[in-house]
Amino acid sequence: MIYDFLVNLFGNSAVADIIAGIIQSLLPLFVFILPFALFAVYLERKVSAHMQDRLGPMRTGWHGWKQTIADILKLLQKEDIVARDNDKMLFNLAPIIVFSGSYAAFAAIPFTSIFIGTEMDLGIFYIVAVSGIVVAGILMAGWASNNKYSLLGSMRSVAQIVSYEIPTMLVVLSLIMISGSMSLHTLSEQQTGYAWNWYIFGGPGSHLSKFLLIPFMFVGFLIIYISTLAEVNRTPFDIPEAESELVSGYHTEYSGMKFAMFFLAEYANMFAVSAIVVALFLGGYQSPIGYLGNLIGAKWMIPIEQFSWFTIKGIFFVFVQMWLRWTLPRLRVDQLMAVCWKYLIPIAFVNLIIIGLITLL
Amino acid sequence: MKEYFGNIYSALATIFIGMKITFKHMFVPSVTIQYPEVRPQLPERERNRLYVNMDDCIGCDQCARACPVNCIIIETVKSVPGEDLGKTSNGKKKALWIPTFTIDFAKCCYCQLCVFPCPTDCIYMTDVYEFSEWDRDNLIYEFATLTPLERQEKRDNLAKFNAEKEAEKLKAASDPKPEIKKDKPEEK
Repeated sequence: MIYDFLVNLFGNSAVADIIAGIIQSLLPLFVFILPFALFAVYLERKVSAHMQDRLGPMRTGWHGWKQTIADILKLLQKEDIVARDNDKMLFNLAPIIVFSGSYAAFAAIPFTSIFIGTEMDLGIFYIVAVSGIVVAGILMAGWASNNKYSLLGSMRSVAQIVSYEIPTMLVVLSLIMISGSMSLHTLSEQQTGYAWNWYIFGGPGSHLSKFLLIPFMFVGFLIIYISTLAEVNRTPFDIPEAESELVSGYHTEYSGMKFAMFFLAEYANMFAVSAIVVALFLGGYQSPIGYLGNLIGAKWMIPIEQFSWFTIKGIFFVFVQMWLRWTLPRLRVDQLMAVCWKYLIPIAFVNLIIIGLITLL
Repeated sequence: MKEYFGNIYSALATIFIGMKITFKHMFVPSVTIQYPEVRPQLPERERNRLYVNMDDCIGCDQCARACPVNCIIIETVKSVPGEDLGKTSNGKKKALWIPTFTIDFAKCCYCQLCVFPCPTDCIYMTDVYEFSEWDRDNLIYEFATLTPLERQEKRDNLAKFNAEKEAEKLKAASDPKPEIKKDKPEEK
C-alpha cells in the first residue's frame, strides 16, 4: 500500500504518519480529480459538438486541447462576487461542503489493488452516506443565494437526490447479498480473473446460481446507472439546473473560484458514480483479459495496468453519461418522480428479492 | 400491467434508438466552417461593400438620390469650358468635377438600390465583407480621386468663371459688344 510506503519513507514516527496521511489524502485530488475534470470538460464539449455535427473548441492548441486550462485560468482571475443580500456564511460554506462531499467519496474508491484512500470495511456504505452531504451543500447554496431560481433549483435537486438514493441503495444491497462484503476493495478482488467473473455476469464461480443471476444483474446494472445519473443531476435528470427554466439552478449566483468548485464537484461526482458502478458490476480495477505484468513476469506493472483499466472503464461510463446528455431531452418533475417511484424502486425491490432467493440456492 | 411493461420497453427502446442516432452523428463530417482559414463560397449576387470606379463616374447624383438611408454624399463642380474631363468607358462625356464622393458604410444598408440607376455602371458591389473598424469615422469611405488642393482649385476656377460671366453679363448689359476673354491654359 502506498500509505505504508510513505510512512516508511518518512521514517516510522507519528510525524511520518501525519505527513503520509496528508499526502495520501491529497493524491487523488492532484493526481486524478483535477486532471480528470479538465479532461472531462474538454471531452464533454467535444462529444457534444461532434454529436451535433459541430467541431467544438478548435482555437487553443491542437483541436483546442488547452481550452479547459484557459477556462480554469479565467475562473481563477474572476471577481468573487457576493451579493449584498446573500447569507454570507452559508454562501461561502456551500461550495466547500459540496466539493468536500464529492471528494470524500474518493476516499473509498479503489483505484488499484495497492492504492485505496482508506481501506474500510464499509466502503460502499460510506460512499452512499458521505455523498448525502452534497445535498446539504446544495440546499445551502440555493438558500444563501437569496434568489428564487437558486432556491427552486436546490429544492428540486434535494428532492431528486433523496428519492434516487433508494433504488441505488436497493441495488447496492442486492450486490452486498451476493458478495457478502461492503468493502469495494474486497468486491473488486472477488471479480478477479477474466471478464466472465464480473458481477454483471453473475460473479465468480461457475455454479448454477451464477447463470440464473445474469439477467437480474443486468437489470440491477441499468437501475443503478439510471439512478446514479439522476443523483449527479445530469441530463436527462438535470431539472435542478434546467437552463431554460432556472437560469443555472443553485449555482446561478456564484462566480469565480466558488463556481469552479461546484463545477469540479460535478465532474468529480460524475467519475465517482461511474467508479462505483464499475467497482460493483464491472470488476473495478480488474482487467477483463488478464495482465501483461503476469505474462512477462513483471509484478510492478500490475498496479499501473489496474489503474489504467479502472480509468478506462470509469471514463467510458462518463462518456455514456455525456452521450445520454446529448441524446435525451429533460424530464418534467412529475416524470422524474414517476421514473423513480413507479418504475425504478418496484423493479429494484423485485430484483432484490429474486437475487436474495437465488443466493439461497 | 401490460401498459407498465410496455412503458418500460418503449422507454428503453427509444433511448437506444436515440443513442444510436447520436452515435452515428459523431462520425458525420462537421458542418462548421473554420472561418478565417476556410471561407465560404459566397453566392453570385452577394451584396457587400460598394466600390465606385471614379474613372467612369459622371457625377449624375442618381445613386445618392436612390439611397434610402442617405449614406452617399456627392459634391459636383461644373467644369469650366475648355477643360477636358475625358470620357467614360461607355462613351459618355464627363462634364462635372467630383470633389467629394463619400459613402458612409456605417449607414449603408447594402440594399443595392444605388447600383441600378447608375448610367455608367461605375458603382457596384464587391465581394469584400471584412472591413470592421474601431472608429466609426473610419467607415466613411472617400472615393473622389482629386487631391484637396485640386478640389479647391476647381471650385475657385468655377467661381472665377461665374464671376467673369457675371461681370460680362453686366458689361454686356451696359455695353453690348461681345468679347472673348475666358481662354485659360488647360488644366489637368
